[in-house]
Parts: sequence; structure tokens; C-alpha cells
Amino acid sequence: MSQTRIVQVRAGILKKNDELAHALRARFEAAGVFVVNLVSSPGTGKTQFLERTLGDLVAAGVRTAALVGDLETDHDAQRLARSGAPARQINTHGRCHLEAEMIGEFLGEWELSTLDFLFIENVGNLVCPASYDLGEAMRVALLSVTEGEDKPLKYPTMFNSADVAVITKIDLAEACEFDRAAAHAAIEEVRPGMTIVEVSAKRGTGMDDWMTLLHARRAAWRRLREVPAPA
Amino acid sequence: MHELSLAQGIVEQAVASAAQADAKRVVAVHLKIGRLAGVEPGALLFCYDDASKGTMLEGSRLVIHDVPLVVWCAHCLREVELPGVQSLRCPTCQTPCGEILQGRELQIESLEIEP
Repeated sequence: MSQTRIVQVRAGILKKNDELAHALRARFEAAGVFVVNLVSSPGTGKTQFLERTLGDLVAAGVRTAALVGDLETDHDAQRLARSGAPARQINTHGRCHLEAEMIGEFLGEWELSTLDFLFIENVGNLVCPASYDLGEAMRVALLSVTEGEDKPLKYPTMFNSADVAVITKIDLAEACEFDRAAAHAAIEEVRPGMTIVEVSAKRGTGMDDWMTLLHARRAAWRRLREVPAPA
Repeated sequence: MHELSLAQGIVEQAVASAAQADAKRVVAVHLKIGRLAGVEPGALLFCYDDASKGTMLEGSRLVIHDVPLVVWCAHCLREVELPGVQSLRCPTCQTPCGEILQGRELQIESLEIEP
């Protein structure tokens, strides 16, 4: 048996994605566009929530656009385009998550400085998208009242990687006997201090809180990136 | 299932590092995987065999070293290792601990090569 020797590597497995995400983040920051990555299980209502969000922002004169990931079909981009905001579909053809490379490819030459917000709707999956940085400024994990209050405990990696939790379909809470306190406690358990917003995209409940949060986060993000004036 | 993507990433980087070190063959690849990294080791091992076929890594061992979840407890003023990933709370004083020091790693540590 021949001698073996050890070669140190010490590199992230997702180094390539991380580097591309880093470059995207720099591009978003230079353009002043606040990018939000939406993640959830299939059926949580991401598309409905995003359609409502885009519609409300467009109505308020805010410049916004969306990229939406799906395994197949462009149904979601068509739905989102009804809001009046431009929407592009990314088909992953079997991949269970979006990667930074796909974002770069589908953004193409899009003039990002004409936007205030860009939303990325990830593929419905609470596992894989957690590991892939897309260069976003804020990651939002969605959970619907029909899914069970303990979902954050089952998918701690995803909830821990997110900045904000949104509980959707809150109009169905009573019918589903949704235990609000238990859901909040589960989120707090895996991500202490996480901000939680409750909405019904259908009825509009909580959308004001969500809009306030979006604008506040974008303002804070911009302040952090302001170059101080020379003394 | 993103383990196939991860396996492909490991193979790509390990092949490059091995070539740089003038390796004839890679015997083993050592990884550090955090408890909170969301990786299923069984699935990763399965995908690795497939992803490494036809490369310098074919037949090599993939060795996964678990990294425990370690947080900072602002009440006890010390690092604490947590027994699970479902509760980010200090086991001693029950304070929620949001500051993660270890446990998210997805890292290729080293290669064992035959020169």
C-alpha cells in the first residue's frame, strides 16, 4: 500500500454559489434595489401573497418586480403579472431550489436601478432553498395556518436562516383550529427574536403591517449603505 | 433533495484541489457538516458515489465529521453546546440564544491523496 498524504482544502461546499450570490448582492446594493427571497412549503400561498404584495406596491407607486421559480410551467409568472408588476418565470426543470446562477441568468440585462423592490419566489420546499444564498437582503419564511403549528420545529434550518416569518391564510385560523400561541412559540424556539407578521392575502388582513415592515427594512438597509458625507 | 447538487460541488472542488497537489488518486474526502446545515448524511453519501464516478475520486471514502450546534448564552456569558436543533435555548438557564457560533458548516476540510 502506497503512502497517502493530507491536503488541506478548507473551502465551503457551496463556494461557487456563495461567490455568485456575493456578486449579485453587490449589484443589488449598487442599484439600490431591496431583494426579498420568499421560501415556504408548496401550498402555503406564496404566489397569492406575492401577487397581493406586488399589487399593493404598484398601487402605491412603488417600483417593483418579481422572479418566480418553479419546477415547470409559467403559471405563477402569469398570475403575478396581473398585479401590473413585471414578473419573470424561472423553470428549474426538476431542481428543488433556486441558485444564485439562475438569478443572474434570468435577470440578464434588467435595469435594476429602476426598481425599489425585487421579490424572488423560491421553489416550494422547506429544506433545500435554506442553503442557497441568492444575494437577497431579506429572507422570508412563510407558514400557513393549514400546515400545523410545529412546522418550524420540523424545518429548523429554514426558519433559522430566515429574517422574518409570515403566517398566511390567517382568515382560516378559526376553521383550522390554528393555535396562534403555539405557532409563535415554535418560531421563537428555532429563531429567537424573529419578527412575525400574520396576513390573509385574500382578505387583505395584515397587509398594512407587512407593507410597513417592507418599507422599514428597506430604509434601514439603505441607511446602512449610505456613504457618510465628508466632514 | 439538494444532496446531489452538494455532491457535485464537492467533487468539482476536490478534483481541482487534488490536481493542484499532483495527486494520482484521492483516497478520502473529509467534510465538516454542521447539525443545523440541513444535510442528510445518508443521501449525501449515496449521491457522492454517483457524482464521483469516472473522476479521480471514484471509490474514495467520503468522511462526514459532525459539527455540534454551539450558541452564545447572553445570560450565562458562555458558549453552550445544544443537544438538538429544535430549541435554541440555553439548557442551563432556559434563555433563548439567537447567536449561533457553530453548526451551520458545509465545508470541505481536507483530502487524503496518493501522490
